[in-house]
Amino acid sequence: MTTETLITWLIPLPPVLAFFLIVLFTNRSKALSHTIAVGGALLSWLGSMYVFWRALGVEHLGEHPFESSINWLPLGDTWLKIGVLVDPLTAVTLFFVAWTVLMIFLYSVGYHNYGQPQGDHDHKGLPPHGATVEEHGHKHVVPSVEPMYSRFFAFIGLFAFGMFVLVVSDNLLTLFVGWEIMGLCSYLLIGFWYAKPSARDAAVKAFMTTRVGDVFMLLGIAYLYSVTGTLSVRTIFSEEILHTLDTIPSGFLGFSTAGLIGLLLFIGTVGKSAQFPLHVWLPDAMEGPTPVSAMIHAATMVSAGVYAVIRMFPLISLDERTMTIVAFIGAFTAIFAATIAVAQNDIKRVLAYSTISQLGFMIAALGIGAYVAAVFHLITHAFFKALLFLGSGSVIHGMEHGVLHTGNHDVDPQDMFNMGGLKSKMPITFWTFLIGGFALSGFPIVTAGFWSKDEIFADAWGHGHTAVFITLAVAAFLTAFYTMRQITLTFFGEPRTKEAEHAQETPWTMTLPLVILAIFAIGYGWFGIPEHFPGLGGLVPNWLHEFVGGTLAEHPEAVVFSWVPLITSLVVALGGLTLGYFFYRDVNSPVEDKLQIGFLKNKYYFDEIYDTVFVKPAYWFAENIVYKFLDQGVIDGILHLFGPGTQGIGDSVRNYFDLPVINRLIGDGSADVTYWFGGKLRAIQTGRIQQYLMLTLIIFVVVGAALYFFVLA
Amino acid sequence: MDFISTHLLSLILFTPAVAALLLLFMPKDEPRLYRWFALGASLVPFVLSLIAWFHFQSGEPGFQFEETYVWYQAIGSSLHLGVDGLSLTMVLLTTLLTPLAILASFSITEKVKAYMMLFLFLEMGMLGVFMSLDLLVFFVFWEVGLVPMYFLINQWGSANRNYASLKFLIYTMGGSLGLLLAIQLLGVLFGTYDLITLYQNWTSLKPNEVLLGMSVQTVKTIAFWAFAIAFAIKIPVWPFHTWLPDAHTEAPTAGSMILAGVLLKLGAYGFLRLILPLYPVEAKVFAGALALLATAAIVFGALASYAQTDFKRLVAYSSVNHMGFVVLGIAAAGLASGTEDATIALNGAILQMFNHGLSAAGMFFLVGVIYERTHTRNLEEFGGLFPLVPVYGGILIFTSMASLGLPGLNGFISEFLVVRGTWPILTGYTVISMLGLLFTGAYILKGIKKVLHGPMNEHWAAARGEHRLTEINTREILVMAPLMVLILWIGIYPAWILDVINKAVVMLF
Repeated sequence: MTTETLITWLIPLPPVLAFFLIVLFTNRSKALSHTIAVGGALLSWLGSMYVFWRALGVEHLGEHPFESSINWLPLGDTWLKIGVLVDPLTAVTLFFVAWTVLMIFLYSVGYHNYGQPQGDHDHKGLPPHGATVEEHGHKHVVPSVEPMYSRFFAFIGLFAFGMFVLVVSDNLLTLFVGWEIMGLCSYLLIGFWYAKPSARDAAVKAFMTTRVGDVFMLLGIAYLYSVTGTLSVRTIFSEEILHTLDTIPSGFLGFSTAGLIGLLLFIGTVGKSAQFPLHVWLPDAMEGPTPVSAMIHAATMVSAGVYAVIRMFPLISLDERTMTIVAFIGAFTAIFAATIAVAQNDIKRVLAYSTISQLGFMIAALGIGAYVAAVFHLITHAFFKALLFLGSGSVIHGMEHGVLHTGNHDVDPQDMFNMGGLKSKMPITFWTFLIGGFALSGFPIVTAGFWSKDEIFADAWGHGHTAVFITLAVAAFLTAFYTMRQITLTFFGEPRTKEAEHAQETPWTMTLPLVILAIFAIGYGWFGIPEHFPGLGGLVPNWLHEFVGGTLAEHPEAVVFSWVPLITSLVVALGGLTLGYFFYRDVNSPVEDKLQIGFLKNKYYFDEIYDTVFVKPAYWFAENIVYKFLDQGVIDGILHLFGPGTQGIGDSVRNYFDLPVINRLIGDGSADVTYWFGGKLRAIQTGRIQQYLMLTLIIFVVVGAALYFFVLA
Repeated sequence: MDFISTHLLSLILFTPAVAALLLLFMPKDEPRLYRWFALGASLVPFVLSLIAWFHFQSGEPGFQFEETYVWYQAIGSSLHLGVDGLSLTMVLLTTLLTPLAILASFSITEKVKAYMMLFLFLEMGMLGVFMSLDLLVFFVFWEVGLVPMYFLINQWGSANRNYASLKFLIYTMGGSLGLLLAIQLLGVLFGTYDLITLYQNWTSLKPNEVLLGMSVQTVKTIAFWAFAIAFAIKIPVWPFHTWLPDAHTEAPTAGSMILAGVLLKLGAYGFLRLILPLYPVEAKVFAGALALLATAAIVFGALASYAQTDFKRLVAYSSVNHMGFVVLGIAAAGLASGTEDATIALNGAILQMFNHGLSAAGMFFLVGVIYERTHTRNLEEFGGLFPLVPVYGGILIFTSMASLGLPGLNGFISEFLVVRGTWPILTGYTVISMLGLLFTGAYILKGIKKVLHGPMNEHWAAARGEHRLTEINTREILVMAPLMVLILWIGIYPAWILDVINKAVVMLF
């Protein structure tokens, strides 16, 4: 084992140690708990940076990755091995995961109001409501510290563990372990404020919806394992095994084995990355605290779904039909979610739908074979979307400050129509949010989002996927539009409420992560400028393409430059942004907003449809058919027949045999006969000696005569 | 020391019974004494089985620590004990769970002496089944385990205990009837009940031979079904399962722990020890039917659990769901015995038996903890308890997740292995069983949601006196701690136990 692999083994451990330490020992001390958690994240960050840096120095890392494995499960004559693997894909993923995780950990300290007094009437399980303090003789309300502060850090520690496990895994089984641990943490964190019924239900919904995907993924893993006898990705990607998988038909709708396995694994991703039709959980997941939204719904967990598809790309790409399905789901989700985002008023929900849409971009990119573009967008999106979520958290925090100031708790601090004019109140938040928003929109040249999105467009155009290209272009236009709508409603114009007027910039623990993520949201794009880009191309080497492309056995060709995707990308980004600004510059209430269409606002009624078609019938079936009818009715009904049945047999035996034959005929009968004889014979028991003597004489004569005739004669 | 090493199994087996008899002679009205004595007595077999575990040579074929005593010479039956990797795992599970169940029973205040005695006899019955290598002795212990459990439910159970205990007893006895007949049949045919001799002679029977006026085929089929039904009732396989929710729900907490933790495994153990080796042909023919029933158990068990409003019944039905995976693995192994897939499926099935023992015992205990305080199991009356009992809540979520099969905890490993093993053999059933896995999530989350989550429960927060909802106490945490450690340990590094199971499976099947 080399130093690099040893460090890679160790990367996931600090956060999980932090989890156990906090849960078992330090949960009463807030300072100790967050120190341990942030310290754990910092250690993992250091390890990740070291491994990333070492990985950069290796030529042809894709062919000679850092890897090490151990025996885990004894099965028959062989062992199932698990281990770590650092190839270019792992390296770049580690880089952005470590950064975003560390930033989010740090941000959480401020977000949960560390250092503030205990709330006046805060309860565990509910968000803090503020505390009254007396200063210079007059009372005012300030934010209060989260009552379950330590617990939060324990959970996000476990979450980070899951993510790191997933990233460094060299096999699908531990990848799945990390995947599910994140699923658990997502459940725990979405339902962090479990006393809110909405949060509680959202948590269950998230877990169950993703579990639908997970059981398919589990089947896919089992299938892959039975066919290949291994779960290590490097072994699976050997030419021989891939060839086998490609040539054996699966017997299911004409898919090859590779195609069906790929599809099963992809369904797991559909759940985890909230793709249509399993997207419904992610918007509701906004019930969780904002750092959770940033971490789960932007930087890590939803990215994990895409990461898994990228990881299995050599397998999935073998079957054209699976790829078509992947491309379709991705492109459809991209445009579908973008239309919903246009009509949302909750600042976090807009971002939630935006995330679904952007993940659709990546999935679509993979579906058309644009491997590097998908990785590129995955990374840039993680940075700018984490930035946007944390920025929205900062905005909400600022607004909550205003709410506490005015004391009017009816004002929803997340509704963008209650905001406005926050540009001057929260300058750092504004500028960083603007950068994030522009990156999301693909603002040309300066933002990272532009370069990654442009590469997807170029790939789609260059390889003739016109339908995908057009769909994504429209989605990108909508993206720019709703992003500018959000920025305009939130930051520009005049404050629309008293609360917005009293909004305040947040502490450094929250703004520092914003600034750092903003740097990445701009700078990361420079690592992936295409070589033939007019003017800029070739000034900086296209490092990302070279490095990440090396993960695949066959280095993907860079697409030929074409003006069509570039111009499209410029038009949709700038057009969307401009329109968004002018459209919403003067809009001050939902009534004035022409896009508040019921169909979009209600997310095409998917929640209602699923509830009616799946959830309610399932419970009805379980309760009435399985439990009451089958178990209690039929099965127990039959069993309960045995009781009366046996009793019936017993009764019959008694009534028709025992009582009449044994008791009456034999038992009582013999007594009766004896009694009858006795009665008859009683007549001769007179007590007179003369009669007895007479009788004796008669018997003597009779017996004597009988003896004479029968014996002697 | 020498005596211990030569009599290891009989010491493990009879220590509880001797202790139970000693309890009989203890002074009156000393419940504390009975409790501690029973706990101590049940720890002895545990320590001894740990010794057995560490001295066990998992690489060697056949049975180890064998002991034979004359028992019923006239009909060729002897007290023959021995363990292999399969039975040793179950012995360890039994001797581990019994002290925990006794510790969990410290809150019993009525007729403590009788209770503890029954518990110790119960342990002997269960251990005897796992250890005996003689069919008649096997049967005797099989029945010995029934009686104490009947009285435990009947005397210390909750409201509907008469119905439940009767149903449990009659149902299991009904199964035993066939079992006894089939065992007699074998005994008459071969003049011995010794399992090892039977293993050898049984397979050497020629198909055209005539036994007792019937063809070998008929005899085997009859005996197969007699065994199969007896064990299917005990596991229980759908549709023989309805005694389980009643018995589990009405039994006292520790009774449920042992019922779910060990007694259900007796059935699965019977399948593995007797049916698969003795009837490979029949097992193969009827594996499809068995797989169908197993899938029904997985899916319907999960759905029925999801439909419950009684917390304990919800957990009880989860056993049907989880044991379904054991049976599915066994069915796959019956269909394709000897293949690598079958080995993996059996590894999964046996590990699932052990894992379910841990998590189900834990779940029942946790239900008991809250029931003892609130005197209700109705999920509608709970909700919002997390702020009142945070430690309990954490432990409940942990154990629930083990039951749900969360990766990183033990249940996942075994379920994954079963799914992996059965996929190539019984693809369709494996796919359908995923529906059960999905609903496992639904009922577990329902349980957590209905008990812990939601707005703070004012009713229980304000409850005082007998019904006061207090945090889980140290004794109760001590019951849970070993279970939780094992759940996590097997989830992270299962090789220590899976290696023993795997070697046994490779050699046996």
